[in-house]
Amino acid sequence: MSTETAPPGAHLPEHPDALWRNPEPKRSYDVVIVGGGGHGLATAHYLAKNHGITDVAVLEKGWLAGGNMARNTTLIRSNYLWDESAFVYEHALKLWEGLEDDLGYPILFSQRGVLNLAHTEQDVRDSVRRVEANKLNGIDAEYLGPDDVAKICPILNVSHDIRYPVLGATYQPRAGIAKHDYVAWGFARSADAAGVDLIQDCEVLDFVTEGSTGDGTARVTGIRTSRGDIACGQVVLCAAGHTSTLLDRLGVRTPLQSHPLQALVSELLEPVHPTIVMSNAVHVYVSQAHKGELVMGAGVDSYNGYGQRGAFHVIERQMAAAVELFPIFARAHLLRSWAGIVDVTPDASPIVGRTPYSNLLVNSGWGTGGFKVTPGLGWCLADTIATGELHPHIAPFALDRFVTGALVDEHGAAGVAH
Amino acid sequence: MQLIGCPWCGPREELEFHYGGQAHVAYPADPQELTDEQWVHYVFFRDNPKGAFAERWVHSAGCRRWFNAVRDTRTYRFLAVYRTDEARPSVREAGA
Repeated sequence: MSTETAPPGAHLPEHPDALWRNPEPKRSYDVVIVGGGGHGLATAHYLAKNHGITDVAVLEKGWLAGGNMARNTTLIRSNYLWDESAFVYEHALKLWEGLEDDLGYPILFSQRGVLNLAHTEQDVRDSVRRVEANKLNGIDAEYLGPDDVAKICPILNVSHDIRYPVLGATYQPRAGIAKHDYVAWGFARSADAAGVDLIQDCEVLDFVTEGSTGDGTARVTGIRTSRGDIACGQVVLCAAGHTSTLLDRLGVRTPLQSHPLQALVSELLEPVHPTIVMSNAVHVYVSQAHKGELVMGAGVDSYNGYGQRGAFHVIERQMAAAVELFPIFARAHLLRSWAGIVDVTPDASPIVGRTPYSNLLVNSGWGTGGFKVTPGLGWCLADTIATGELHPHIAPFALDRFVTGALVDEHGAAGVAH
Repeated sequence: MQLIGCPWCGPREELEFHYGGQAHVAYPADPQELTDEQWVHYVFFRDNPKGAFAERWVHSAGCRRWFNAVRDTRTYRFLAVYRTDEARPSVREAGA
């Protein structure tokens, strides 16, 4: 091997042998978090760090952060249209900016900016509106024409003779990517060191309840797991795509639908792609990972599914869009593809907050936007558990908004077709 | 990509079809009597099972007719297809 330049990825830290204990579950905890992905682990971290609450178990049916946390495209941004979304995602982005210090662990957070492309006159109007909304909320954003877009991302085809020409783009310079596994391991290591039990290979089978949802006395008193019953003071569901199968056990209905969301990576390439590019209209988003893979995502597969794979024609359309926007991708080899299971809602916003069971909080419906909110959501959920009051950043996302009509309709800024 | 058995056209490629969500969701018999909460459940709330799911599909690039299917959401395999005026057939789920 040539020693003149380090190969891509040479600067990445070595994987450690172990980051956390692997304890037997105790018979009882003050707080039980169902789901050992990013949201569950971040909640555990902030419970311990911000509130000193450490009698906590995180239950994971597989291995830690092996679900959507291992399957997402790692994009981080806060350029959402509505105040409710902007507040929680911007809270998260500010935490991302200090997370490496907070966790004492590298997460390779790289603020390389995001371009959200506009391909039609309506896209342009919506984009300009979103930029102005972002500015009013103190979020960095600007609207760029095609020439300025090309300066930021020279490999992007901004010519007029493609099927969906690039008419412009929103640009958020503080957006970025992080190394998703390291994020999970950082949160897990921190929570474990504080005394939180991270329990893997522990599937939640059912719940033990008392009281009645009819008169408001209902509580979850225990969790029935593949490793025995565990009594709980408070419970938080952070199970993403599987939330509704758990809530079915409790007789709680939500407007959640689980869909496969596919992503894929190319072979390793030299650095060619300096930013993140997303296109809502043609359904592709691309960044280049630290090691050199092009990381690409599509819209969700249309049908409900739990199979962690999707249909080939979705990838085919996504690749057609990618090659038209980035002609130099035409000869890149696809290395592998996969799908996560995302839980989507009718207004493309999450469902977070109280349930008919007084000690059960639900955190779900993040759809395609769950990774970027990880620290912000964990912070707000931990605060809610500690104080008993819904944190103002998550309060707008209550289940009852579907009845009151106070929807947070984020289809335009969600970035991916739901 | 998989073949989907349109009840009228026979097996065709998946990309000829569009998905229509849960089947057998009846319009309220007496709409004036519904509370806000009942309306919301009719408009927004759907089942989301892990396993056999009765759902609607339309053969948009073929005969353009709607039909129902029972599909396993774990394997995506179609277990049955049937007309919208027919009752949901009983099918055995793989692994069930």
